[in-house]
Order: sequence, then C-alpha cells, then structure tokens
Amino acid sequence: MTITEKILAAHSGRETVRPGEIVEADIDIFMGHDVTTPPAISMLEEQGIDTVFDRERIVLVPDHFVPNKDIKSAELAKRLREFAHKHAIPHYFEVGRNGVCHAILPEKGFVLPGTTIVCPDSHTCTHGAFGAFSTGIGSTDAAAVLATGKLWFKVPESMLFVVSGTLPEGVYSKDIILSIIADIGVDGALYRAMEFSGPAISALSMEARMTVTNMAIEAGGKSGIIAADEKTDDYLRGRARKAYTPVASDEDAVYVSEHMYDVSALEPLVAVPHLPSNGRPARELAGVRIDQVVIGSCTNGRIEDLRIAADLLEGNVVAPTVRALVIPASTEVWTDAMKEGLFEIFTDAGAAVSLPTCGPCLGGHMGILAKGERCVATTNRNFVGRMGHPESEVYLASPATAAASAIAGSIADPRDYL
Amino acid sequence: MLMKGRAHVYPRAHINTDEIIPARYLTSDDEAELATHAMEDIDAGFVKSVCAGDFVVSSQDFGCGSSREHAVWALRGAGVQAVIADSFARIFFRNAINNGYAAIELPGASEKISSGDELEVDLEKGYIRNVTTSETYAFTPFPPFVVEMLRCGGLLRKIAGAKKG
Repeated sequence: MTITEKILAAHSGRETVRPGEIVEADIDIFMGHDVTTPPAISMLEEQGIDTVFDRERIVLVPDHFVPNKDIKSAELAKRLREFAHKHAIPHYFEVGRNGVCHAILPEKGFVLPGTTIVCPDSHTCTHGAFGAFSTGIGSTDAAAVLATGKLWFKVPESMLFVVSGTLPEGVYSKDIILSIIADIGVDGALYRAMEFSGPAISALSMEARMTVTNMAIEAGGKSGIIAADEKTDDYLRGRARKAYTPVASDEDAVYVSEHMYDVSALEPLVAVPHLPSNGRPARELAGVRIDQVVIGSCTNGRIEDLRIAADLLEGNVVAPTVRALVIPASTEVWTDAMKEGLFEIFTDAGAAVSLPTCGPCLGGHMGILAKGERCVATTNRNFVGRMGHPESEVYLASPATAAASAIAGSIADPRDYL
Repeated sequence: MLMKGRAHVYPRAHINTDEIIPARYLTSDDEAELATHAMEDIDAGFVKSVCAGDFVVSSQDFGCGSSREHAVWALRGAGVQAVIADSFARIFFRNAINNGYAAIELPGASEKISSGDELEVDLEKGYIRNVTTSETYAFTPFPPFVVEMLRCGGLLRKIAGAKKG
C-alpha cells in the first residue's frame, strides 16, 4: 500500500484499503477558522448536537478576516470564539497568538506523521509535508467531524512524483510545485493523492516542503504527502504534542502514474493569470509592470520565506510605483523576523510589514487590488478576482521572485538581484 | 425524483469557487444573501436570469479552488436545482453531496446542452432528457453511498438521525 492507503486503513480499523473504496476514518486533528467553521457551528446547533468529539483534538484559529475587517467578519470571529469558550476548547489561538491556520498547526506540534488531519479549508493539504493524511473538507463535513470525530473518504489513487537534481541558486520549492502544476494541469491530480519523493524533496527544509504540499490542491489533488524523515523529526523535536509512528509507502505500492522530474535546470517561474498552471519563466515576463507585491500566506509566509525576501531587499528599495506587503504567517514567524532584524530591512526598503493574516490572498483585506492592478504574490491562487477587482491580476511566484519584482517595479528574475 | 428546468451553460473548464461566490462575500453564510452574488464575477446577469429549478451546466473541474461550501449554498439559494458538468473538483462535489444537492457528472455536458435548453433530470434512473433537442443522455450513476446521502438530505441529517437512532 501507499503511505496514504496505510494511514486511511489504520484509521478505519482495516488491514488494507484500495483506491475507490469508501471508508469512514477516525480524525486525529480537526482545525477550523473564522470563515468556514462558523457555518458548521450553526449546523450543529440546528441539529441539536451539543457535544464535540474531543475538545483536545480541536484546534481553532481565526485567520481569514482577522483582525476583524468589518462588522460582519467580527460576528463570524465571535461565533468561533464563543464556540471555543462554550466547549472549553483549549487550543484556540486568538489574535496576537494566531496566524494563518496552516502555519500555526505544524508550529504548535499538532501535525504528526501517520495521522489524519482535516480542516474546512482547501489548503489543508499543506500538512502532508509531515507524512500525515491531510485534506480540505466543507463546512458540513466539519460539523460531522466536530460531532463524531469521523469522516467518510473515498480512498484516493496515488500519483508518485519523484524529484531529483539540485535546485540552482535563485530557484526554490515554489518553483518546483509551479512546474509540476504547469506540467499536469489544475485538474491533473483530481481526486488523487500526490506523493512527493526523491533527492530534491529530501533536500528541502520542512518549510520548503510545506510550500510543495500546500499547492497539491492547485492540481486538484485530495492531498499532498511526503514521508517523514530525519528533518521531520528535527522539526518536531520540542514541538510534537505526542509520540508518533511514521508511515511509509511499501516498495510494491501501486501508483496510478509516476512522474519524474529533474530540477537542476529549473528556472524561477511565475504563474500568470488566471490559473496556477500557467507557470512561465520569470525572465520571459520581465518588464510586465506591477502595482503590488505580497509576500506571505500559507504557501510562503514562513520564516525561511521572509529571510529569502529580506536577502534580496537588503540594501535595495521597493520601486516607487509598487506597494510591497510582507505578511508573516504566524506570531512565531513575526516574532522571529523581528528579532532577526528582518523588519528593519523591509521597512528600510520601503515595504510594509503586517500582522499575521490570510488577508489579501483571498481578497479579504489588507491589500485588495483595484481594477486593472497587477500583483506578484507568493500566494497560491491567481483566479479571476482572487485578490480584489475582477479585472485585477495576480501572478504567483516565490518570495525571491516577488522581492526582485518589488525592486524592479515589474516582473523580474531574482537571479539578477542575488 | 424528476427535476425540470432550464440550462445555463458555462462551457469553460475550471469554473472555480472564487467565481461562483467571491471571497469578499464570505462574511455572510446566509444562503439568500450569498445567492444575490452567485457567479457575479463571470456573469453579472446570472442572478437576474436564473429561475427557480434551473440547472447550471459546465465542463471539466467545476468548483475547483477553495473549500467554501458557500459555493453550493449560493447556487442553491439562487434557485439552481443541480449542477451538471463533465467533472467536478472534489471538495465541491463533497459539499454538494453532503448537502443532499446533486452534482451530476455527464462527460461532454457543455457540448451536448445549450443555454436555454429545457432539461428533465431523473436522478434515480440516471438520465437527462433534453426536451429542446429531444436527446437523452445517461449520466455516470452515483455510487450507493452517495445515493443514500442524497436520500437522507445530506450528511448532517444522516448523522443526526443516527445519533437520535
């Protein structure tokens, strides 16, 4: 069996499972945020369900529209907070201790190899970087999990992505995943688990691996997964909430397809509007004028991402025609960046540093685009209207490409600024 | 169960949930309110032209992107009785089924059906009759698990039923 099949079998009380089978699996961790969990809370109330499956295994993180952007979003956040209070949920991360939920969950040691994690948010696939089965669900699913601790799944077929070679300077894990999505398309992994392995994946830090699994959904994947290794253990040392047993695919595991890549000649990529699969070499787009740069999100808002951006911005200035927004993904990232002196580099360069929030990534707040404006963002989606006006444009790239573009005032290849 | 209504065809692939209901409206989870913005960024006239019981017809990967169940609620609230597409993104499909709302897979749907066509859909027998063109299409039958969910009126009702048992 594949790692995914093994985890699903172990969590549904079975020796084996096969792709296509429907199983009801135990959920180790449920996470919820301020947009999609309040509706689940209302559904539970409507059904008269007054208890939760296990308050210790519920993690609640307001992140999308917080700090509250308007009265309606304040009401949503309040519903989440009151639910946490009512059920005495210990793992509720209030503003000031919060961050983008997918940054918080691994930082706080909830994401463990071999476990099952769900959240009503499509980027829940991020946590597969730790060898967990982790997938996005809907609000009704969320209500079901909160009530029962179980959820139905169709066991996905697995696709194997073997990535070898050494990343050239100026090329990052974001470029790897953009190249894979460009290769297979936005529904190239529809309903499937994307299993990543190979020397180029092993060489990535946990932060960089999360960027890869985060975007599995942008290829339609049910999940992205990377088997745990020593780097996983190193990251989890001092963080893991409990002991864990890593799971790995069997040598005779069956994959629906296998995809081999060599990243040695990979270039910095930019996914042009309006699909994440539209990856093109950054240098081919050189000169495309931009109005805004966003460095942050569950895809690329971790400390390593901020360090990369700071390296390029140090001693440079953001082009006068560009607003550059740096949004640390969590309070921990924010604090680390402050202590390391990154904020000074950003502000000296003329970039703004914000509180942790999903903010502009989904067109929520803190950097909405006007009609006709263009943004280079380290986020994950460049759909029509994603960051604001339906006639605005989002270009997806690595933190290095975003920082280089901020300096240039137009899309730029970061290798020109290293 | 026979459903009758008119088709609204969006032939493009990958109609995403940001297009079905933009995130700027997610400060509400009220179905009637969401419905007033359904499909707004790709078809500003949709809400005015849709009638209760109509169908949305599209091609591959309908509902890709965000997990927001608001996409299903916005369409249902606008009066859309079911969505018919070549294929669906998985979370949209889950959300539809979990709501007892039909997401019907019909390969080639957006080529076979034109906007304004009158359709009759029989979920149990698994066919769509195009009254306008007098064609009939068999669609991919739902697995038994999904049929049961649709019969119960969604996942929560199923669970609440089991809890009250």
